[in-house]
Parts: sequence; C-alpha cells; structure tokens
Amino acid sequence: MIDLLLRSVFTENLALSYFLGMCTFLAVSRRFDVAFGLGLAMIAVETITVPINNLLYTWLLRDGALAWAGGGDLDLSFLILIAAIGVIAAIVQILEMVLDRFFPRLYVGLGIFLPLITVNCAILGASLFMIERRMDFADSVVYGFGSGLGWALAIWALAALREKIDETHVPEGLRGLGLAFILTGLMSMGFAVFTGLDFG
Amino acid sequence: MNKLPLPLMEPIMANNPVTLHVLGICSALAVTTSVSTSLVMSGALIFVLTLSNVSISLIRNHIPPTIRLIIQITIIASLVIVVDQLLQAYWFSMSKRLSVFVGLIVTNCIVLGRAEAYAMKNPPLRSFQDGLGNGLGYSLILVIVGTFRELLGAGTLFGAPIFITESDGGWFTPIGLMSLPPSAFFLLGLVVWWVRNRHPEQVEPAQVPAEEGAQK
Repeated sequence: MIDLLLRSVFTENLALSYFLGMCTFLAVSRRFDVAFGLGLAMIAVETITVPINNLLYTWLLRDGALAWAGGGDLDLSFLILIAAIGVIAAIVQILEMVLDRFFPRLYVGLGIFLPLITVNCAILGASLFMIERRMDFADSVVYGFGSGLGWALAIWALAALREKIDETHVPEGLRGLGLAFILTGLMSMGFAVFTGLDFG
Repeated sequence: MNKLPLPLMEPIMANNPVTLHVLGICSALAVTTSVSTSLVMSGALIFVLTLSNVSISLIRNHIPPTIRLIIQITIIASLVIVVDQLLQAYWFSMSKRLSVFVGLIVTNCIVLGRAEAYAMKNPPLRSFQDGLGNGLGYSLILVIVGTFRELLGAGTLFGAPIFITESDGGWFTPIGLMSLPPSAFFLLGLVVWWVRNRHPEQVEPAQVPAEEGAQK
C-alpha cells in the first residue's frame, strides 16, 4: 500500500514520466499561487474520480460484471472511455457546487481551474492506468491520491522555477515554452533518481 | 505546384498546434520512443481529428451552446473507441505498446480545441482541411522527435538497424537517456526553439523584472 503510494507519487509520476496533463501543466505554471490552487484541485479530483471509476468498471462494465443484473457474460469494457469522461465531468461539476456552497473561499481561490480539470488528461489517464493494471478498490483510492499528489508536486516545483527564470536573460527563441520543456526534462531526470529506491 | 488551401497548410509549419498553441503535448511526448509508434499515433489522431471536425461542423447549427462540450466529447469519445477497437482487433502488439495513449486522444486538447475553435464556426469542407492540417502538423513534430529518439536511443529506424551497435560488433553506443522521458522534453524544447527562430513573431514577450519596473 505504502509502496503503491510512493511509486505513484515519485517513480511513476503522471506528469514527469507519463507526460499526462501536460497542456495544463505548461500553461498554468507561470505563477506559483495559481499553480498551487490547481495542484490542490487536482489532488481532490483524482482522489474522488479514480475510485468511482473503479467501482463503475467493476460493477457495470467489466467482462461478466453485469451478471448480478442478469447480464450474463456481457462485456461492455469498451465503453469505459465514454463512461470515465462522463464521471469526471460530473464529479467536477458536483465538486464545484459543493465547494461553492460550503467552502466559498476555496471556491473563489480555485476559480476557472476547477472546470478546466475536466479536460486534463492526467485524470482520465489515471483512471485508465488503474483499469489496465487491474487494481482493486482500496488500491484505486491510494493510487488516485498518490497520482494527484505527484502531479501537484511537479507543477508546484515547475511554477516556482519558472517564476525565478522569468527574471533572467535566456536566448529569445527559448523564452517561455521552450525553456519550460527543458526545465521539465531536468525535473523528470531528478524524479527518475527515485527509480532505484526499494520501498518494499 | 498548385496552391494548397490555407486551412490545410497553415497549421503544418507556421501555426503548428504543438509548438505554438501548446496543445496535445501529453501524447506527443509519451509515444515518441520509436518512429513506428509515432506514426500509428499520428494516424489515429488524424483520423479522429478530421472526422470529429467534419461531423461537428455538419451539426454545428443544431447544437445548443449550453451543452456543446458534452456533445463534442461524446462524438470524439465514440471515434476514439472505434480506433481503439480496430487497433486491438487487427494490430494487438501495437495497441499494447501505445497502452492508454490511444484512449487519451479523447482528452487530447488538439481535438477538442479545433472542434470548439474551428468546426463550430466553419462549413464541413474547410473543417476537414483544418482537421487534416492540424493532424499533419502534430504528426510532423511526433515524427521528428520519434526519429531522433529511436535513432540515438537504439540505433534503429522502424526497428531496422541504421547504426550498428557495439553489442553487435559495430561502433555505436546507444544513448540510454534517449529512450527515457527526460529526452522527450529536451528534444521538444529544442524543436520549439528552432521553430521560434524561424518565426520570430512567435517569441514570447520578455517579462520585465519587478524591481526594474518599479524603478522606472
């Protein structure tokens, strides 16, 4: 369990070793305070959606999963793409409403980034990885939280670096996007160091 | 050479979705460990992008604006499922190598971005050209990065040896880093640099450091 958590945060970091959620990752990492809010939102959404998609897959879509409803060995697993994206969109909507009602300050803080998370491929990617690796429910909770945290760590670090780098003189063509790529590559090398660790 | 229509040519080089708009980076980096995976991924994306652009453009006047995102996502997801199922049925080994990234075309920002920005406002034929052009622009970047990574990381192209490696009695020592994630970032960073040197108008404006701004 601890092993899975550490692996999903460090060695199998969604942003740095699977390149997931890169669009938002590069677009929103210009300023640290904004990146911080987005990271928090990512952790929340990942922790909720991955387990829900796990339940959905286990009880409705998997090969023979509908046996309890008299479905026999019906295999609907190809529908997971539509189902998962639907769940993600719905959860983000619900989360938005709940935050608005009970935690208005946090809601204002997150602003536009909550709805944007729907099209962040890290979330769909985490759900698909969870299915590809056949995790059970408990694992999926840990994996959801871990992968969200890993993504958040990565964007916090990059945003902090970019704030500093914006004030230095770099070759013109490299300014902004190009340098962000190279920084991310260096961070990715840094995270790759964790591969050798045995969390056992 | 006949002049090709603008929506087709623009996005390939000058207005490239990857280097200028920062769209679709996730898959662009993940599948580029070899040229063949890059090509298959490009093919899948072109298929989804052109068809989604055309079909969304066909029904664009009947889509209520409040629920347009859901409709677009559903169309895109259905197309992606078709590609995914075809790959699993006829090319299972490739489907395994691409792992979840075919499925992730659903959330590839290029597809949704073009549907929202172009197909919702333009007739089917132009949307078709726009989809094809953006797909080709994306493919170009993928193939460039994929070629370098496979050639330098393993000494092969399409799995066929180009540089004979030392273990086979040749001179070339494969650069292991090239097949790892960081090199994809570096290469893409260099590609962006090169493109922006050719198109200086794409260079991002410099940030004036806060202290200097205050002094003026």
